[in-house]
Amino acid sequence: MKKVLMGSHAVAEAVRRARVEVISAYPITPQTVIVEKLAEMVERGELKAKYVRVESEHSALAVVYGSSASGARVFTATSSHGLLYMYEMLWWVANSRLPVVMAVATRAIGPPWNIHTDHIDALTIRDAGWIIGFAESVQEAFDMTLQAYKVAEDRRVLLPVMVALDGFIISHTSEPVVMPEEKEVAEWLPPREPLPFRLEPGKPFAVGNLGPDSVTMELRWNSWRAAERAKSVIQEVSVEYEKRFSTGTPTGLVEKYKVDGAKYLAISTGAWSGDVKEAVDALREEGYEVGLARLRYMRPFPREELQELLSSVKAAVVLDRSVSIGHMGILGSEVKSIAGRTPVKDVIAGLGGVDVSYEDFASILKGAVEEHEAGLSSEWNVAEWHMPWVT
Amino acid sequence: MSLPRLAQGKNRGVMPGNPACAGCPHNIGLRVMGRVLGTNSILVVPAGCTSIISGFYPRSSLTFPVLHVPFASAPAVASGVRASMDIKGEEGVVVVWSGDGGAADIGFATLSAAAVRNEDILVVVSDNEAYMNTGVQASGTTTWKALTTTSPVLGKSEEKKDIALIMMFHKAPYVATASVAFPLDFAEKLERALSVKGFRLIHLHSPCPPGWRFDAGKTAEVARLAIESGAWILWEYSQGTFKISPQSRPYADKTRRKPIAEYLKLQGRFSHLTQEDVAEIERKVDENWRLVLELERIYGPQKP
Repeated sequence: MKKVLMGSHAVAEAVRRARVEVISAYPITPQTVIVEKLAEMVERGELKAKYVRVESEHSALAVVYGSSASGARVFTATSSHGLLYMYEMLWWVANSRLPVVMAVATRAIGPPWNIHTDHIDALTIRDAGWIIGFAESVQEAFDMTLQAYKVAEDRRVLLPVMVALDGFIISHTSEPVVMPEEKEVAEWLPPREPLPFRLEPGKPFAVGNLGPDSVTMELRWNSWRAAERAKSVIQEVSVEYEKRFSTGTPTGLVEKYKVDGAKYLAISTGAWSGDVKEAVDALREEGYEVGLARLRYMRPFPREELQELLSSVKAAVVLDRSVSIGHMGILGSEVKSIAGRTPVKDVIAGLGGVDVSYEDFASILKGAVEEHEAGLSSEWNVAEWHMPWVT
Repeated sequence: MSLPRLAQGKNRGVMPGNPACAGCPHNIGLRVMGRVLGTNSILVVPAGCTSIISGFYPRSSLTFPVLHVPFASAPAVASGVRASMDIKGEEGVVVVWSGDGGAADIGFATLSAAAVRNEDILVVVSDNEAYMNTGVQASGTTTWKALTTTSPVLGKSEEKKDIALIMMFHKAPYVATASVAFPLDFAEKLERALSVKGFRLIHLHSPCPPGWRFDAGKTAEVARLAIESGAWILWEYSQGTFKISPQSRPYADKTRRKPIAEYLKLQGRFSHLTQEDVAEIERKVDENWRLVLELERIYGPQKP
């Protein structure tokens, strides 16, 4: 089935096809459209789920936590301040190893109030134990949401999954979406397996009680190992999905765009990667040997794949829609941590939804190539801010 | 309900030898709750004393399946457990066992929303009138003037928040107050709460020996004096009808109450009170009775 849908509705369609049993959410722009659509599906009887209207995002995640711990397949969605309001529960869910799936329509954090996209909100949970995917298109937001259940519920993983989609740019933009039929999805995604620690009346059992310090550390180690295993599970699930449903979305952790023979590598994530591809195309025509590594997942971090790509280029440029105040761009610092001797330039751009065009990307990439060839890449240890309106 | 019948309950609630302080009122409450609820329930416990009382992994002192959850989340988690059980057609009672901080302060919005949704859960607030687990800091339900580690010299300057009345005005199907001094009354209220569907809350008065600074052997005595002096009133609001419980009924008549000073003087947290303070507390107790009697007049059982 092919339909023109906006990103939010595509996510809702994926949730329906996953036969989610409990949904809880709290409104926040630009996420709200997802859960409005789901509420409609539930009230029309198209989706047999419980929809719990809560008073805050903290409670939204607490509700789905309770349902997930009781064995149900669950969904919630939020954005920006809502995600921050959930913060405590985000860690509780991850450390409980529950396969919760959440969509995050990315949005700047205030003040000033700003409802437009950047990636800082999603990356505040970088260390919490969630798998974090970034969609580039409406199609990918749909595919990633559906795949999220298969990945999260895999016994080798059992970690929650966040699907980030750029606020408005994906959440409110309509594109044609290929969607498998519900019956086909049901064959591919069976009902959730019961967990070994499911709560049942009559069986005294404590989840989350006090324990020796070593248990805490071992559990973090287990989560860390699960995230490492998730790399191959994501690969496996996305390849299998593409083989069955042929939606055309790239598979694995990293999309490699024109990297063959590339001497320079652009690295980005999220919706604007489409514009980066345009820039790469334009530069290729001008004779620049540039390619793009688009991170489909920030967690688990595609360490090995990026290292391989970085080892075969002269230098790389990270197009960073995030910043860690006091250091550099978040994606930039992650890439630099595994880049070895390859120089990496971190360019912070597009915060608060500031528009960055493919011409901007082309000039950023060209500038970096020229700097490197002039022997100036040793000065790349400090991030560069792309703000052409500031002179 | 009789003591022998209560004692026959199969589920012990909480096992002996747990890490609770000597004289802990939560242990009394949990023991009663276990015996009344039996094995047909799931407990959701937010941060608080019971996070400790429940014991150390891999053991658990609680004889229920328990989900330990963050401070402000328990009624929402319980709603989630309920939703999952409902959609899967599973039976059982979902119970939040919370302290006063988790219910009346940090978790209040969550509690209020669960009541508004009329979630089919039972919330028991075991109110020891301060953040005892973190070392006796003042909470929304700490009594006026009580000394705590965050009101260490003058005592708390604000009023005690009446969480039970606030929840009653959510139009909840069942709200009651109870006391650890009257386990049978608490047990009967639990039984009646179980017979009602929807949101139910029992506000259990739980005097805390180290927090209130009284001898660990006097938990029940202090709790009983709270009733006999009229400082704590037992009542029940069930499906629209408000009734003062028989244990508190005599004290509607002020002349039958014990002097409030008798209740206060047992507690180190009130050791600094002046005579004027005691008189002021007495006035507040009288005011509270006036309100409760008025509520009974308005919402009391219909007279033929």
